[in-house]
Parts: sequence; structure tokens; C-alpha cells
Amino acid sequence: MTLNGTAYIVGAYEHPTRKAADRSVAQLHAESALGALADAGLGKADIDGYFCAGDAPGLGPLAMADYMNLRLRHLDSTDLGGCSYIAHVAHAAAAIAAGRCNVALITLAGRPRSDGHSGTAPRPVAGAAPDAAWEAPFGPVTTNVYAMCAMRHMHQYGTTPEQLAWIKVAASQHAQHNPHAMLREVVTVADVLASPMIADPLHRLDCCVVSDGGGALVVARPEIAKSLARPPIRVRGTGEAMKGQNGGDIDLTYSAGRWSGAAAFAEAGVAPADIRYASIYDSFTITVLIQIEDLGFCAKGEGGRFVADGNLISGVGRLPFNTDGGGLCNNHPANRGGMTKVIEAVRQLRGEAHPAVQVPDCTLALAHGTGGLLGSRHGAATLILERE
Amino acid sequence: MTERILPTPPQTPESAAFFAAAADNKFLLRRCTACGRAHWYPRAVCPFCFGATAWEEASGRGVIYSFSVMRRTEPQYAIAYVTLDEGPTMMTNLVQCDFDALRIGQSVRLVFVPSDGGVPVPCFRPAP
Repeated sequence: MTLNGTAYIVGAYEHPTRKAADRSVAQLHAESALGALADAGLGKADIDGYFCAGDAPGLGPLAMADYMNLRLRHLDSTDLGGCSYIAHVAHAAAAIAAGRCNVALITLAGRPRSDGHSGTAPRPVAGAAPDAAWEAPFGPVTTNVYAMCAMRHMHQYGTTPEQLAWIKVAASQHAQHNPHAMLREVVTVADVLASPMIADPLHRLDCCVVSDGGGALVVARPEIAKSLARPPIRVRGTGEAMKGQNGGDIDLTYSAGRWSGAAAFAEAGVAPADIRYASIYDSFTITVLIQIEDLGFCAKGEGGRFVADGNLISGVGRLPFNTDGGGLCNNHPANRGGMTKVIEAVRQLRGEAHPAVQVPDCTLALAHGTGGLLGSRHGAATLILERE
Repeated sequence: MTERILPTPPQTPESAAFFAAAADNKFLLRRCTACGRAHWYPRAVCPFCFGATAWEEASGRGVIYSFSVMRRTEPQYAIAYVTLDEGPTMMTNLVQCDFDALRIGQSVRLVFVPSDGGVPVPCFRPAP
């Protein structure tokens, strides 16, 4: 079964807050849901499928579904880390195609900024996790596990800190136009390299922001999508995958995006050269570089040269990316960037991105992310979306 | 130089024999009795063929596959992946060394470092 055309994204909403000390996580989920429903022109009673991941408070989808008092025929709490919401769009399309629901709501929210979370603090360890005894003592935090990927990529392919810095430069060029972005100041390659070294070779400005916030999507079957006022965004290609340590046969230079991307392009029947705009999860600059290679926008090892000299800047380069400023500058709610990746792709396809960064005639877009830790075990999900 | 104190590894029945041997300064890994391949981290089921696995003593020799020094923590520490002579690559810390002189491909040797609870944790330092 192909999911191409079985469902449409009909509503998308990014919560405007970046610091929500006065709101609960459940409230942020619900406010995001309301925003996406209003955007779609649908109401609470229309929802019969609900999707959320590990950021939702309580047991799986139950607590949030109860908070919003939803009447559901289909529930899914697949957790692939930060890319979960990209996968949820595909799962929603599959559920719709199977007749399990008509209108699916996907929510994400969190307040790591208010709660003082950091990418340099140890992640919580579940003692029963099979890797815990073999990794927890060594202080794997978010930054240093991604940093090891960058270090190896540089060693193997000659990728430079300057090339990685260009990814942040492009994000900042976009973020200057986003009034909600946490970091709106345009930065240069020199600024990135002059920022403090956090975990060799990643500087502070190679890292994404820590922000509170949320987002939501509404996915509906084609008949419903075409009855609504908003431009329907067709789900054209989907893919998901995971990559771990392969029993110790480790290669840090590629991600599971190699497989999720290939699946999505095959289902969509298009090639990387057809993509007009790409949302690429940017937890760190290296995350973008490795994923761009794995998705086929350039050959493995060529990512450094591909991203340099403004090639990711809208209106300047070949592959406009993260025109909202991405996680690097705009927003990284719940430390999970997949939701905002889909939302900005929808904005681009509707022609509703900021005019300074809107890609002309943007008919085909890609949203891709990884989740978990790129250098130990991670999920990946790819979506190819089309404005009809 | 002050070195980071390693937290005690959360142990399970699957890891008990490793840490018991480590207390005798023996470094074990697991190899498949069916396909013959060694793997890391150690587990009861072979991650390559689902065969049964058994402990064996390893050389403790390897090379740095990748590493990163946490520069803003006090004290600094170096996380790494080290590729063992037996084949698998394992997460570890590089200790008792000049962090600025570390290089990918460098030869390293196992050294057990006691955790805060006294459990020996497998780390590596540059080969002499």
C-alpha cells in the first residue's frame, strides 16, 4: 500500500511562546491543538485520531486525550525522539487509509527552558535500559555524542568548522525575519568559530536553542481536506527508520535518514533535485550536514562543500532550509524539533512563510528529522509534501 | 590534573560477570558461539545472528575511532568510541592523558577506573 495521496495536512500551528513559566505542559499541548484546529477550520468533535510522543505528560496518549476530553477511534504514541511528529503524519495517513480515523490530531509541547534543561547535562538514565551499564558512566550528554559524529566526519571527509558554521549562518539569515525567534541576530562564520567551545568540535553557536513551546498538526482524509478553506497539503512520500550501534560495528558518518529518505522519495516518485524547500532537523550544525548527505542532496562526504557559501539561504542557495530559523535560531520546543520542521514546510507550501524567505512557487517540500542521539541510537523520519 | 569521578554503572544480571571480572582487572567481551563474531555492548543474544554468546577475555588494546572533550564542565572529560583489536567499537572515556594531544587513530590501552561506588569502569589511556 502506498500512502501517497491518502491524507492531507489541513492544519498547522506553532505556539508563539518561547518561555512558558506560567503554563503547564498539558496546557501548551492543548493550546497548540486549538491553534491547529482553528487553522484547519475544524472543531474538537471532528477529531477521531490522536498522536503524541514522550513529551506528552502522563501515560502514552491517555492523559492528554483525557485532558482534552477527546472521543477517539485511534491512538498512537510512537516515540522516536524529536522526529516522532514527522513519523506521526505518516502513521496518521496509514490510519486514515485503513479506515481507522478521519481527522488526526498530533501535538507536541514542553518547557525545557523554564525547567532548566541543558544539552550539556546528563540525560536521565533508565537503569533497565540495556545500554545503561555500558554508557552512563562515561557522561554521554547531547552535545558530546553529536560532537563525536562531527569529529569523525571531519577526520574521514575533511569537513571543516567553517563549513559547519555556514549552517548556523543560513539559519540566522532566516531567523532575522521571524519575530518569535529566540535568536534573531544575523551571525557570521567568524562569530560561530569565536563562540565558546562546548564539546570539540562543536561551539556554542553550532548548538540549537533550548526553548519552551509547542506545536500541532491536523491530518485529514482527502474528501475532508478538499472541503476546507485552507490549501490542502498532500502527504506524498513517507519513510521511517532507526540506526543504533550495530552490535559495535559503528559508523558515525551517516544516519538512518539514508533509509527513511530513500523510502520517502520512492513513495513520492520524486528525486532530491525536485525538492524546492527542505526542513532539516538542526539540533546541531552537524545534524544538518549528515542528513543532507543521507537524503541524497549531495554525495556522502560532500556535505561540507554543499552547505558552504550560503547554499542553504533562501533566495541565495540551491537548497533553502529552515526558513523559520530552525532549532538553531528559532525554536526547539520540548527539545524535539520534528514538529516545527513540518510546520515550516506547510507554511512554505501554502506560500505563507515570511516574504523575505518564501521560496517562489514552492510546490514540493521535504521535512526530515532524527530523534534520540545521532551518535548512539536514533530514529529518523522523512516526509515529502506537495501543494496541489 | 583533576579527573572526573565516574558514576557507578547501573548493573543488570547480564552485566554482573563483566564487573566481577573487572574487579580482578580482567576485561571481558562477548563472542557468538554460532557465528564467531565479537560484539559490544555485551549481551546474551548475538546482535548479528541471534546465536548464543559467551564471555572471553579481551586484549584491552584498541584505537580511538572518535572522541570529544567537554570543554565547559569542571573538570573537563573526554568521551570516546574506541575500536578494540577484537573488532567491536565501544563507548568509553579517555583518561590520564593530555586532552589536547588526542587524535583519531591513536593507539590506546584499557585501564579500569573506579567509579564513585568503587565499581571498576573500562576506560582507556594512550598506549605507551
